[in-house]
Formats: sequence, C-alpha cells, structure tokens
Amino acid sequence: MKKRLFVKGNEAVAMGALEAGCRYYFGYPITPQSDIPEYMSRELPAVGGQFIQAESEIASINMLLGASACGARAMTSSSSPGISLKQEGLSYMAGSELPGLVVNIARSGPGLGGIDASQADYFQAVKSGGHGGYRLIVLAPHSVQEMYDHAMLAFDLSDRYRIPAMILGDSVIGQMKEALTPHPRPQVDLPAKDWAVTGKGGRDHQKIVKSLYLGDGELEKHNWRLYEKYQQMQRDEVRFEAVALEDAELVVTAFGITARIAKTALRMAREAGMKVGMIRPITLFPFPSQAFAGLPETARKVLCFELSTGQMVEDVRLHTPCDRTVEFYGRPPGAGSLPTPEELFGQISRHYGRKA
Amino acid sequence: MTGSLVSAFNHSKSLKDVVTHFCPGCQHGTIHRLVGDALDHFQVQEETIGVASVGCSVFLYEYFDIDVVEAPHGRAPAVATGVKRARPDRIVFTYQGDGDLAAIGTSEIIHAGNRGEAITVVFVNNTTYGMTGGQMAPTTLAGQRTSTSPRGRDVSSDGYPIRMAELMAQLEGVSFSARVAVNSPKNVISAGRVVRQAFEAQVKEGGFGFVEVLSACPTNWGMGALEANERIGDEMIPYFPLGIFKEAGRRQGDASAQG
Repeated sequence: MKKRLFVKGNEAVAMGALEAGCRYYFGYPITPQSDIPEYMSRELPAVGGQFIQAESEIASINMLLGASACGARAMTSSSSPGISLKQEGLSYMAGSELPGLVVNIARSGPGLGGIDASQADYFQAVKSGGHGGYRLIVLAPHSVQEMYDHAMLAFDLSDRYRIPAMILGDSVIGQMKEALTPHPRPQVDLPAKDWAVTGKGGRDHQKIVKSLYLGDGELEKHNWRLYEKYQQMQRDEVRFEAVALEDAELVVTAFGITARIAKTALRMAREAGMKVGMIRPITLFPFPSQAFAGLPETARKVLCFELSTGQMVEDVRLHTPCDRTVEFYGRPPGAGSLPTPEELFGQISRHYGRKA
Repeated sequence: MTGSLVSAFNHSKSLKDVVTHFCPGCQHGTIHRLVGDALDHFQVQEETIGVASVGCSVFLYEYFDIDVVEAPHGRAPAVATGVKRARPDRIVFTYQGDGDLAAIGTSEIIHAGNRGEAITVVFVNNTTYGMTGGQMAPTTLAGQRTSTSPRGRDVSSDGYPIRMAELMAQLEGVSFSARVAVNSPKNVISAGRVVRQAFEAQVKEGGFGFVEVLSACPTNWGMGALEANERIGDEMIPYFPLGIFKEAGRRQGDASAQG
C-alpha cells in the first residue's frame, strides 16, 4: 500500500517543491503561510539546500532571482500583502525570463485586511501584478494533494517556458489537513538551462541575465517573444477539470477552495435531479478559455462562485458565448466564513429555476 | 644582448577593449579598471559572476568580460546573496551607486553585510543620482545644490549625508570595509590596493568585503573634470574620510571587536 500522510496544505506544497528538486528557499514570515518557511528551514539543510529568512519580501524575491539566474530551482512564499511587495521582483524575473516558484497563500485585503481566506488576488496573479504587462503561470490547487502535485508542475512549466510560476492558494487550502499520497516527481524532458550564469569558465562569450533593452527595436522584439510564449502556453498548457458537462444545463465554475465547496453543492444538485456541470480552472493563466468557448449546447447558463466580489467572472464572461448567461455569486474578503455547500446549492437551485 | 620592449601598461584582462558610454571626467571607467585588475590579480575572471545595479553602471556587462546578472534598483546585494548561495564556488560582486545602495537599497545592503555573505560590494559615491540627471542623493553634501535641492541640501529637512563605509564597519558580519577616492594618481594607486583587499576578504576569507569609492560626476556637478577632482579633495574627503574601517573582521581602533 502506498504511503499516505496527513499534512497541511502548506506542508504539502513545501514537500512537493523539495521533491521537484527545489533546494533554495527565501522568505519572510506572514500568516497564514509561515508553515512553509518553517518546514523549509527544518528540511532544506538536510538535503544540502539553503534556507534564508530574508529581511523582507523584496529581498526574498530578489534572492530567488539570483539563485534562479544560476539555473537553480528556487522558491519563495508569502501571503497577499507580502506578495504585493514581490511584484517588482516578479516583473524583473518575467523580463529577464527567469523561472522560479512563488506561492501565495492568499488572505483578505485590501491593506492589512484580515487573515481569512480570500480569492481577491486573482487579478494581481493573472493580469500582470507588477509593471510592464507580463504574465505568470498561475496554478490553483483545490486540495492538499494538488498543493503537492502543483509544486512539481509549477517548476516544470516554469523551467520549460522561463516564466515565473505562482501557486495561488488561500488560508484554508494552506491550513487544512488532508491525506496526501507522496510520489516521485514525474520525469519530464526539459530544455537545458544554457542561459544560466555560471562564471565564464573558459567559454568564449559571457552570459547576461537582464531585462534592460535600450537598443533600437530590441525591447519590442523582446516583448513580442514574451507574447508568443504566452500564446503558446494558451495553446498547449491549459488545464481544467470538467465535471458532468455532457448534459449540463447549468455550468458552475470556481477555482481553489471555492471549487471544493462547489463540488459538494454540485453533487447535491445532481441528487436533486438538476442537470448541473462544472468547469474548474486549474491553470488561471493560461485561462481555460477554450472550455467556456466550447460549452455544450445544453448549457444555457454559467454560474461563477468566488471568494471576492468578482474577478475571474470577468474572464468567464469574456470567453462564454454571447447567447449564454453568466451569473455570479461571491463574498468579499472579510465575510468571515466560507460559504457552505448548502448556500451554494441554494444559488444553484435559484439559477436553475428551482426552489432549493 | 638585444633589448626587448616590455609593456608597462596593460589592459585589464577582465575588461573588454571597448569605449565606455560614460561622460568625460566620469570615474566609473577608472573604478571598472580597478575592479578588473583585482579580478585579474586573483585570477578569478572565469569564475566571477557580477551583479549590475540600476544607474550609470548598469552596463557593467558591456565592459566586464564576465557573466552578469542585472538586479532591480537597490536589490543587488539580495540578488548577489541568491547567486552566492546557489554557487558558493564562485566569486560574486555587486557594483552600486549611492542612490541604489544608500537610499532605495539600504535594507538589502545592511542585511547582506549582517549575514556576512561572501560577496564583495563596490560602492561608488558621487553624491548625486547620475543617470536620472543629478538629483539629491543620500550622500549629497550639506548645502550641495542638485536638481531636487535647488537651494542646497538642507539637513534640517533632508537629513544628513550617510557615511556608509563606517556604518557597514559596525556590522558584525562585515569582514572588510573601507573608503577610497580616485581623484589623484596617488589615490588611484591606493584605491587599487584597497579594492583588491575588498575582494581578498571574499576570495581568501570567505567574508563580506565593502569598498566605497569617492567619485566625480562632472556633468551633474556642472564642473570640468579637473575642478571635479578638486571638489573631491576639498569637500568630499573632509566629510567622507578615506581609510580602512574594518579589516579581517576587526574594527579599526576597537580591540574588542570580533577577530
């Protein structure tokens, strides 16, 4: 029988990163993700890695930039206010085409906000949180197992495309405990990191990791190349979970912890005889636009659940055919508790045209 | 016996044989040369990773024939920390100006020094933001006119010019900290020796080496090159004294400091 562990989401993402070969962690304490630096400070030295509790979130992301420039698999983690501080470094990493993993165990904002779960960092994560119009690879795990799995996927995608990756979790995903089945990292063919700085070491040319392009036309060319990578990801790397779409008349959509609750509500709806399906985006960037554009004819309505006043729903509206209706139900950060399955079931029933 | 000619002035091997973009009278070129000579001296060009910062010296990679990572403004010591931790077998240095190191990057330099990262920091202090056009820097002298202190730096409102080399010497993690100037042949020769020591702290002791170089910015000072050199001697050195403030982890004149 396979080994099963009972661990927190925060521990799972750290374990997945270690299994993925991450040997460098740079971070700063913030609730609700401090289990990650705690885990890394304990485990990394044992495998020959380096852990630094940095002086700031800004220093952490720049240490990540430096380690990544050397070709190492490295990561940082934080929660919303700290992720804001990392946006400068993320923009530079995007511009310098450096891979790396940033985990956001999101909490409520704006400002210091609160420490309860929130999905209001969606815009920041997927729409170029820092300056300059870049994209991150953004993954949205909805279980402790996925926290583990996505850490490996994030590193692989990040290395393949030389785009920084973000795992967008939340307080609940980070803090909840579930069974985890650890497994070896999948064998994936990745391009050699021949761009990494190593010291010239007899090479006849230097290697430069940079984001400054002042030469005539250089920056435009650079940006078109970045754009082409984003387009390629949109074609090749979209991941989503489709549940009972075949005959669905109403399609629920949600990501992360909200999707987890929605799944129970969906089951309740099916048991009540309602033809309800679900699209759960796993990659928030690239967004599963194809899934919405290709909704089955039966699906006349899409109902989007979020722990915010509505962010992903903008992308859902953008890609859902115009002859369908998109409805939204959300709670702003600070609502204090997660919606219950009964509450979402009530929303499903209402939009399906039935009394709950 | 046939006499043979010996070249007494050689180009630094770690530098490229190219013309720099620096303004006439700017001393970045001289300081680049001193750093290049230090890399040559320890024969580490092939194993060095430089970290460029934001400012006039961002084009480090155009002039040094080494691998280079470009850091965001002020973050070079954090980037260098990541580089050195990932590649402890490499020689790593940052090259930063006064706005970069002593204003926006104060936190990063203090903590990299405090951790005793095995890196070398070359800090060029010319009392102004050169690249952005001569605004007030954290090292701008009291009364000095700049484009953002048009009536002269008013210490009651703007604060005082920061003496970074002395400040860094206070940190237990710092192995070596010194200040030099490159305004005269004598000072350039002495500066070359001290820059080498700042690398020696890393190469031989695995410690953190810091060297501040007083430097001219004739363009933004509104002076000719010779007049700018005189200003360094007349105005800067009296406030920013030259010297070694810490060596082999020991503060000068402080017998109780760690050794």
